[in-house]
Amino acid sequence: MSYVKTVRTRDLPPPPTESGLIGWLRHNLFSSWLNTSMTFVGLAVLLWTLPPFLGWALFKANWLGDSQNACVQPMGNPDGACWVFIKVRFGMLMYGFYPEVDRWRIDYAFLLLAASAGPLLMAGLLSPKHRDERILMVVPSLAVPVILALHGAGPASLALAYLAAPTLLSRLGTRTGKLPPSTGFFGRASAIVAASILAYWAGVLAAQTLQTGLEGVIGLVAGFLVFLLPTLRRSSSAMWRLALLLTVYPCIAYAFFIGGGFGLRYVETDLWGGMFLTLVLAGVGITASFPIGVLLALGRRSNMPVIRALCIGFIELIRGVPLISVLFMVSVMLPLTLPEGTHINKLLRALVGVSLFYAAYMAEVVRGGLQAIPRGQYEAAEALGFRYWKSLRLVILPQALRLVIPGITNTVLGLAKDTTLVAVINLMDLLGILKSALADSNWLGFTKEAYVFAGLAFWVICFGISRTSMRLEKRLRYGNR
Amino acid sequence: MRRKTWICAILAVFLCASGAVAGMLDTVKQRGVVVAGVSGKVPGFSVPDDKGVWRGLDVDFCRALAAAIFNDAEKVKFVPVTTKERFTALQTGEIDVLSRNTTWTFERDVQQGLDFAGILFFDGQGFMVNKKLGVNSAKQLDGASICIQTGTTTEKNVSDYFAANNMKFKPVVFESADESTVIYDSGRCDVYTTDTSGLAARRVTLSKPEDHIILPEVISKEPLGPAVRQGDNQWADIVRWTLFALINAEELGVTSKNVDEMLKSNNPEIKQLLGVEGNYGEQFGLTKDWAYRIVKQVGNYGEIFDRNVGPNTALKLNRGQNALWTRGGLIYAPPIR
Repeated sequence: MSYVKTVRTRDLPPPPTESGLIGWLRHNLFSSWLNTSMTFVGLAVLLWTLPPFLGWALFKANWLGDSQNACVQPMGNPDGACWVFIKVRFGMLMYGFYPEVDRWRIDYAFLLLAASAGPLLMAGLLSPKHRDERILMVVPSLAVPVILALHGAGPASLALAYLAAPTLLSRLGTRTGKLPPSTGFFGRASAIVAASILAYWAGVLAAQTLQTGLEGVIGLVAGFLVFLLPTLRRSSSAMWRLALLLTVYPCIAYAFFIGGGFGLRYVETDLWGGMFLTLVLAGVGITASFPIGVLLALGRRSNMPVIRALCIGFIELIRGVPLISVLFMVSVMLPLTLPEGTHINKLLRALVGVSLFYAAYMAEVVRGGLQAIPRGQYEAAEALGFRYWKSLRLVILPQALRLVIPGITNTVLGLAKDTTLVAVINLMDLLGILKSALADSNWLGFTKEAYVFAGLAFWVICFGISRTSMRLEKRLRYGNR
Repeated sequence: MRRKTWICAILAVFLCASGAVAGMLDTVKQRGVVVAGVSGKVPGFSVPDDKGVWRGLDVDFCRALAAAIFNDAEKVKFVPVTTKERFTALQTGEIDVLSRNTTWTFERDVQQGLDFAGILFFDGQGFMVNKKLGVNSAKQLDGASICIQTGTTTEKNVSDYFAANNMKFKPVVFESADESTVIYDSGRCDVYTTDTSGLAARRVTLSKPEDHIILPEVISKEPLGPAVRQGDNQWADIVRWTLFALINAEELGVTSKNVDEMLKSNNPEIKQLLGVEGNYGEQFGLTKDWAYRIVKQVGNYGEIFDRNVGPNTALKLNRGQNALWTRGGLIYAPPIR
C-alpha cells in the first residue's frame, strides 16, 4: 500500500494567468474580443480627454494671488484654470451675503448637525447593539471640545446639553412611570398635546420676561420636549437622538441662522445665500417632503373617499406642472393676490413650494412600497388586534419604506439638484451667487472655472446622499439577508 | 350668478393689490432703508463684489437716493429681481424703486403701472465683429451669421434692421449670453449682437479682446432708467430729482472732492443745487442740503459713470451718447430753480 500517499501534497498555485493582477486583467478587461476592444476604446478616450483636462485644472492652473491679474499674462498662465477666482469668492459662494463676522453661526449649526446625525448613520439607525450605543456616546462628545475651541464656551455648553440630552432623556424616560392606563389612547394623546401646548406658551412667556427674543423658537423647544417625553418613554438613546434631530435641532439651527436673541445679531433671510442656502433648501425640502409624502401616500390608499380624492387631486395636480412654474406662481402670482403690504418671506415661499412639490413625488414612491407589501401582512396585523396606525408603525411602514429606499434616494437627489431652480425667483443659492460672480466686471470670463466648481460642489452633495442611502439600505436589510 | 360673484371678488382683490398707498417717503423713512430692486447679474450695473458689497451704475443711483433721504448712502437694501418678477415686485410694494437696467417703453410706463424717473443710461443694440472681417459698418454685414440670445427683443431688432436695409443674415440662436459668447469666440458666427454695454462686457471675456471691434451703428433705442410705482408723485419726484441732481452736479462741475469748496461758490445755480440758497429739498420732504449729500457721498453722474463702466474699468465704455448735452451727448437735466 506504499503507493497511497499519507501526506497531502501541497496544492499547486493557480497559473499566473488566472491570479493576481494579470488574472484580474484577463477576467475583467480582456475576457473576450468585445471586452478587449472596449478596453482599448476606453483607454483611448481617457488618454484623449484626461491629460488636457488635468493640465488645465491642475498643472497649469493659477492658484496664487487675489486679483484677475494673477490669471492673465504676464503674471499667470492663461491656458490654466483660474482657481484664484473661486478662492477670492469662496466666502460669498459658501455663505452668500451673510455678514462675515456672523458666519461662524452657520459653521456651528452644521457642526452640531454632523456631531448629532453622523453617529446615527455610523451606528445604523435605531440599532440596539451596545457597540453602537458607544459610538452614539463617543462621537458627539468628541465634537464638544472642537466647538469649544472654535466657537467659545456659550455655544459649546449648548452643544454639550444638546448632544448629551438623548442619553439623559432615555434614562429619565425609563424611570418615569406610565400615564394612568384607564385614559385610553385618545385621552392620553390629548393630554400629551395639551401639555405640550402649555409648555409652548410657558416657553414663550419665559422668553418674554427674560427679554431674549426668539420667543417662538424657545416655546417650540419646550413644547417638543414635553411632547416627546411621554411619547418616547422607554425608547433607546438613538431613538431620542433621531427625535431631537427632527424637532429640537431645526429650532436651534434656525435660531442661530436668523439671530435676534441671546446676543446674536438679526440676519434677515434676504442675506442668506450660496452653498448655505442650497443646503437649507435641500435639508428642509427633504425633511418636510418625506413625512408629507408618506401621509399623502396613505391618504391615497385610504378608504375614506374625501381624503382619497383630496390626496389624488393634490398629487396629480402637482405632478402635472413643472417645479419652475410652481416657484414662478409663488413668486409672481401669489403676491398680486395678497392684500397690499403683506409680504410673505421669499425664502419661505420657496421652501413651501419645493417641499409640497416633492411631497407629491415622495407620495408616489412610498405608495409603490405600500403596494408591494402582501395582503397577508395587513391581515396578520389586523389578526393580532393592531389598529390602523399601530399596524402601519410596526408592520407595514418598516417593510414598505425599506423597499423603496432607492426610489426615495432618487427623489431626494432630484430635490437637491432642483434647488438651483430658485434662480427663477432670484434667491441667491450657490448657482445664483456664481452667476453674479461671473458678472463682476473685475472678473469677467471665468465661466469654465465657475461651472466646474458648481458641478464639483453638487457632485459632492449628491454622492454623499447616495452613499448614505446605500449604507442605510445595507443596514436595514434584516429580512432580505 | 355665482360665477359673477367670483369674478367680482377676484377683480376686487386685484384692484386692492394695485391700489397705491400714499406717503412712500414716510414709509421709507420709518423703515430706515430704501429697498431697491436690482439685477445682480449685469456687469457694471449691479453686481456684488467678492466681499458682498454691491457695485454698479444702477446700484450707485440707489445709494444717491439713500444719501438724499437718510444722509447715509449705505441705507439701501438691494433685492435682486428677475426680468419677469421686477414689475410685480414694484407693484406689490416689495421694492420701493426699480433700478435694474430697465428700458423705458410706452407699454411699461402706461400699462404696467410704472413711472420712469428719467434716463440713467442710453443703451442700444449694437454689433461686434472680428477685425479680420474688415468690416467697419453694419451696412456691410449682408449674409453674415449672427449669434443671438433667444427670447429677447434683440432678435426682432436684428431682423427689422436687416429687412430695412435689404440684407440677409443667418441667426445662430442660444439660450444664454455665456454660451453665445463662447460660440462667437470660437468663430462659428461672424457677428455678436446685444446692447452696447453688454457688448463691451462680453468683449473682455473673449480670448483676444483686442481683435474685436464694436461697430458704430446702434440699431435700437434702449433708454435705461429707474422706475417707481405709479400713484405717489412725491416719491416719484424724489427719485427723478435725485437723478437730475447727479446730472446737474456734473454739468456745474461739482464733484465729491470739491463739493465743500463749491458751497462758497458765487454761481447761483450751484448755490441752489447745494442748498445754500432756497429750500428746494424741503419742498418734497427732504432737507435743504439733499443734493449736497448726494454729491458728497456718491459723486456726480460723471464720477458714477467712470467708476463703474468708464474707460478705466474692465468695460471701457466711452461716454458716447451718455456724455452731457454740453459735450455732444444726450444727458440733460432740467435746472433746479
